[in-house]
Amino acid sequence: MITPAIEDRPQWADASAGQARAVTPGALDIAHGVILYLDEISVSFDGFKALNKLSLHIDVGELRCIIGPNGAGKTTMMDVITGKTRPDSGKAFFGQTLDLTRLKEPEIAHAGIGRKFQKPTVFEQHTVFENLELAMKMDKRVWRSLFYKLDSEARGRIETVMEQIRLTAQAHRLAGLLSHGQKQWLEIGMLLMQEPRLLLLDEPVAGMTDDETMRTAELFVSLAGQHSLVVVEHDMAFVEKLGGKVTVLHEGSVLAEGDLATVQADDRVIEVYLGR
Amino acid sequence: MRQSYTERSVRLLGPKGWTAMLAFLALMLIIVPAMHLLAPPDSALHVSNYAVTLTGKIMCYAMVAVAMDLIWGYAGILSLGHGLFFALGGYAFGMYLMRQIGLEGNYHSALPDFMVFLDWKALPWYWQGTDNVVWAIVLTVGVPTVVAGVFGYFAFQSRIKGVYFSIITQALTYAAMLLFFRNETGFGGNNGFTDFKRILGYSITAPETRVVLLGLTALALAGTLLLGRWLVTSRYGRVLAATRDAESRVMFIGYNPLWYKLFIWTLSAALCGVAGALYVPQVGIINPGEMSAASSIEIAIWVAVGGRGTLIGAVIGAVVVNLAKSWFTVSFPQYWLFFLGFLFILVTLFLPQGIVGLYQKLTQRRTPDAPNAPAPTEATPSTPLTQEHAA
Repeated sequence: MITPAIEDRPQWADASAGQARAVTPGALDIAHGVILYLDEISVSFDGFKALNKLSLHIDVGELRCIIGPNGAGKTTMMDVITGKTRPDSGKAFFGQTLDLTRLKEPEIAHAGIGRKFQKPTVFEQHTVFENLELAMKMDKRVWRSLFYKLDSEARGRIETVMEQIRLTAQAHRLAGLLSHGQKQWLEIGMLLMQEPRLLLLDEPVAGMTDDETMRTAELFVSLAGQHSLVVVEHDMAFVEKLGGKVTVLHEGSVLAEGDLATVQADDRVIEVYLGR
Repeated sequence: MRQSYTERSVRLLGPKGWTAMLAFLALMLIIVPAMHLLAPPDSALHVSNYAVTLTGKIMCYAMVAVAMDLIWGYAGILSLGHGLFFALGGYAFGMYLMRQIGLEGNYHSALPDFMVFLDWKALPWYWQGTDNVVWAIVLTVGVPTVVAGVFGYFAFQSRIKGVYFSIITQALTYAAMLLFFRNETGFGGNNGFTDFKRILGYSITAPETRVVLLGLTALALAGTLLLGRWLVTSRYGRVLAATRDAESRVMFIGYNPLWYKLFIWTLSAALCGVAGALYVPQVGIINPGEMSAASSIEIAIWVAVGGRGTLIGAVIGAVVVNLAKSWFTVSFPQYWLFFLGFLFILVTLFLPQGIVGLYQKLTQRRTPDAPNAPAPTEATPSTPLTQEHAA
């Protein structure tokens, strides 16, 4: 019943829009080991260049951190990837073939890009279990929902995700009663239920305690491999714990890239962060 | 398979709820009819015509209240136009009852009296076939469904929400009332339909007919409650409640709220139509007053008084308010509207969860550490049916 996103053939796949080359229409092609490819993306708002020829690529299964001062273009970059903002110029591809600049937001979500916003929005009047059930990848039309019966496979999936986000004990608690950190985890869990190939996480540990932050890092590290993750974060201890490649954005383009130690030693990065 | 089906049915209301439901049906299908038909009129056990009609009428209102609770309590859509769907169902079945009068009207014509009075020579096209009870039943459900479906599609498609939606529904029912007030519309103008003689050939005032209608109404109310309960405990109900709480989030995880809202909205209207069709033969009249703004607002008050998002609260609210209304309009007719307004303010200020909420608060206080963890598949913001609904 649950099919991975890459094998899906949604109805919009028939339209040739969204593909640069004719391979399998609508399917995610990761033959070259790259899941996300941004090339010279520029976005400007009333003359302000939010993104300035930004180029970046994320490998399959990679855990990438994006850091940078406020206004560096981190959120705009997320908006471009999810289709919320259209770039003025440049290319954005999901896998080899899906042109993100031409797909609509729901199509992008369906293709396998999941995004977690800064502010957690869970269904407060529903339990943790129900929140995950609602988010599950499945037929979401009215008729199916009316006669839906939770099978053991789906239940197993929900339980696995609850295990991952450490909320098994809270399964039947209303989500509104969870702590802020737990809500963030639940939101991540809801994202996982949609079985995305690429997860975009915007400041996932904002407002979490140190202990929760460390646990979140462990969770992300365990998710890398099966999923590709892009994490935007300010918390350097968290970024260090994640241990992946770090990209520093500044004024809408990539300033430096590499592991955290290399990036932190870079003179330009120090200049940007400490002021000139 | 059969086992799990039985299990699900039991869980739908819980043992207490089922006991109450069966007691209610036994009361309405056996005890009250027996007391009405068999007990001699001067006996203390006799149930009068007035009481039977009042019970039937209130059960029809209770059905409307449950339909209202489905969209207001569970989908967060406040309709101030539900009187329209009730009246449409009532008019649709009223047409059949008018045709059943046959030649016994004041003018002894095959046409309904008001048409003779207007000097009409033939039935308008929309009256064709209304002498057939099956077609009348189809209209009863179909007309409110189509009106609600078309209206709801455009309203939800345009993302009209909250108070704007409520005002538009209020305007809709008001416009319909003005239309039905006109004699030219062909529904009897401000007198509406009355003076019914027969239903399916049986005298409409006969005690036997009354108890059959009473029983049918009780079954319809029970059916509405079961259907509602089944809906809100299904995955559909959970998506609906999620739409109420955070619609954009629901869209983000891939549901289209339009169809979710439209389904419950249309179903709610159809249920009101059925209630209206059961109401008219028992009360014996339908006129455009049912479409007035005040009638629709009253429906919302019943649900608020009983407790939103509980289904059974809607029934309790409809029963309590309408019993109070029957008493007030006899004893102090001029004060009823003041009392209704006062009641609404009181409930809004002090009992936001209505009577059911008050009951829950009181019982929870008595047993503070009662385990309250619901089962995984039936946990909803609603509460299980409690035993009060045989009121």
